[in-house]
Amino acid sequence: MQFLLAEGARLGLSLIGVISLVAVNALFLIWMERKVSAHIQLRPGPMEVGFHGALQTIADALKLIGKELITPEDVDKLIYLLAPIVMFLPVLVSFLVIPFSPTLLIRDLNVGVLLIFAFSTLTVLAILMAGWASNNKYALLGAIRSVAQNVAYEIPLLLTAMSIIIMAGSFQPSVIVAQQGLVWNIFVQPLAFILFIICGTAETNRAPFDIPEAESELVAGFHTEYSGMRFAIFFLAEYTNMFIVSAVATIFFLGGWQGPFLPPVVWFLLKVYALIFLMMWFRWTFPRLRFDQLITFAWKILIPLSLVNLIVTAFVLKLVR
Amino acid sequence: MLIDYLPILVYFVIALGVAVGMVALSEAVGKKTHSTVKDLPYECGMVPVGDARSRYSVKFFVIAMFFLVFDIEAIFLYPWAVVFKQLGLFGLIEMAIFIIVLAVGLAYVWGKGALQWE
Repeated sequence: MQFLLAEGARLGLSLIGVISLVAVNALFLIWMERKVSAHIQLRPGPMEVGFHGALQTIADALKLIGKELITPEDVDKLIYLLAPIVMFLPVLVSFLVIPFSPTLLIRDLNVGVLLIFAFSTLTVLAILMAGWASNNKYALLGAIRSVAQNVAYEIPLLLTAMSIIIMAGSFQPSVIVAQQGLVWNIFVQPLAFILFIICGTAETNRAPFDIPEAESELVAGFHTEYSGMRFAIFFLAEYTNMFIVSAVATIFFLGGWQGPFLPPVVWFLLKVYALIFLMMWFRWTFPRLRFDQLITFAWKILIPLSLVNLIVTAFVLKLVR
Repeated sequence: MLIDYLPILVYFVIALGVAVGMVALSEAVGKKTHSTVKDLPYECGMVPVGDARSRYSVKFFVIAMFFLVFDIEAIFLYPWAVVFKQLGLFGLIEMAIFIIVLAVGLAYVWGKGALQWE
């Protein structure tokens, strides 16, 4: 009984930590996104509120919380209200297994990475629910495109992840990190890294794969009919997904928390935010793909390449030993 | 053994509570006013024509079916990936055959033109 209580308290406390991290990370990332895009386009970006606009997102968030929640007339009420929850839940659960340092992690599970993959797939379901329930043509189009996108990126993502799993022989994040003690996987598996980043960008619905949202054609895509806090939850989940995908890529390819001089947590966060910066850079470099182009690209290039990468990895591993 | 995964369930339930709480709280707080125009779906200011839940030609349906097949094959590969180092040459060759069958399947589908967008 006492054990259960202690365990519950520990999980509760970690959840508070996770929620604060999710909030702070989203506030920071939105500011960073605006600054990065501004500087890429040679303009200053937000400058008024706080130092170089650092408090701008806090002001925006406060405004968003105060906004009225509008529920359009013909929505499918239950699914409409459930969609933000289904979107937000996997985001929280994924943090259960992400190791920020050898000691700073909630649970070091032997199914860790599999858990993240399993839960991150729920995001598509949430988008489909939101799009269908909204009774809005733009939202429905966004939802259908999201499914098409999932059909495209999911398999290469799983297959490239597998070539790392073979090398580590485990799903446990700490084992995967420890396996890169000498050389980071990015130098051993450069192709897998490129494929994983492409699929990860698609998974987070970031440009050039922001097909379900496509603000210039679909208004806001699947979350067109969501306002106030409900919209904020979608937004929060989206930015946290960027963090999670970058964290998984860091664990897989960049040696996790390992690095000289600085404490492990700092190294981990540095690597994660460097990858996020890369994804923001993509947004202002590549034009958006059509979803048929994405499907063709995934099935004709990504999947064959990841299959080849997997089989070559397996053979090389056997030859080396 | 299974008790190791109990924290996932506990954490999941707490996280569900938090997510529901966030939505419910914002639901409870704040005023709501209704008007005919406000309750319409947002379509850039135009009056919506017809219902949005109309039939939509899902052109990627065939690819979605391949997706199911390949996704399950990927799941089959995962246990192999974990025990790969213990399996020895036998495991490698057997799974190489499996992956090659997968690749031949993809090549067949490709050759049949199923990946082609009409």
